[in-house]
Amino acid sequence: MTKSILRAAVLFALIASTAYLAFYYAPIEKTMGVVQKIFYLHISCAFSAFVAFGTCFYANLRYVFTREPKSDWLGVSAAEVGLAFITVVLITGPIWAHPVWGIWWTWDARLTLTFVLGLLYLSYLLLRSMIEEPDKRAMFSALFGIFAFLDVPLVYFSIRWWRTQHPQPVILGGPGSGLEPRMRVSYLLMWGALTGLLILLLSARYRLEALRAGVEDLRREAEVR
Amino acid sequence: MKNLDSVLAAYLAGWAIFFVYYISVSQRMSTLREEVERLKAMLNKGK
Repeated sequence: MTKSILRAAVLFALIASTAYLAFYYAPIEKTMGVVQKIFYLHISCAFSAFVAFGTCFYANLRYVFTREPKSDWLGVSAAEVGLAFITVVLITGPIWAHPVWGIWWTWDARLTLTFVLGLLYLSYLLLRSMIEEPDKRAMFSALFGIFAFLDVPLVYFSIRWWRTQHPQPVILGGPGSGLEPRMRVSYLLMWGALTGLLILLLSARYRLEALRAGVEDLRREAEVR
Repeated sequence: MKNLDSVLAAYLAGWAIFFVYYISVSQRMSTLREEVERLKAMLNKGK
C-alpha cells in the first residue's frame, strides 16, 4: 500500500513537472498561440492509447492461442485503460479545435475513425458484461478485440491517406515536419510521464481483474457446497 | 493570453478523467476485497 502511494506520488510529481515544462519551457507557437499547448497532452494521450490497444491486441491473440486466463485479464485491463486515454483525446481535441478551426467537431477521416475507435473498445467492454460464462466471455471478447485493433492503423494513417481537416503529422511526418527542440523535449517528457501513468493504471486494473477471477472461483465453491 | 481558458479546460478535463478512473478502479477493488472476505468467512463456517 505504501509502495503504491509512493509510486503515485512520484508519478504525480513527474506529470506536474512535465506540465510545467509544456507551459513555461516550450515556446508559444506562432500561428495558434498559447492554445497549441494542448498538443502535449492530446498527442501524448493518443500515443499512450495506441500502446494500450496494442497491449490489448497482443493479449487477445495470446488468449486465442493459449487460453490462459492471465491473457484475458491483461486484455480487458488494457482495453479499459486505453478507453480512458482515448476519451481524453476525444475531449481535448474539440477544446483545441474550437479556437483554431472555429468548430468543435467535423466528421473527417481522422476524427471519425478515432471516435469509432472509442466506440469499438466501449463495445468490447459491454460485450464482456453481457456474457456470464468465463471461457466464452474471454474467447468472444478476444476475437472482438483483435477486430477492434484494426482501427488503430487506420486512425494513424488516415491523415496520410486522406485529405482531412485534422493537420498533417508533425511527429514522424517525413520531410518538412518536426518540432522545435524545446517543444520536442517537452513532448517526449510528457509522453514518458503519461506512459508511467499508463503502467500504473494498467497494473492496478490487472490486479482488479485477478481479484475478480478469485471472487468468481470462491462463489462457485460456495455454490457447490 | 488569448485562449488560455481553453488550455486550462483541456488539462483539467484530462487529469479529471484519469483521477476519476483511478478512484473507480480503487473502489471496485475494495468492494471485491470485502466480497472475498465475506465468501471466505462463509466457506469457513460451512466446514
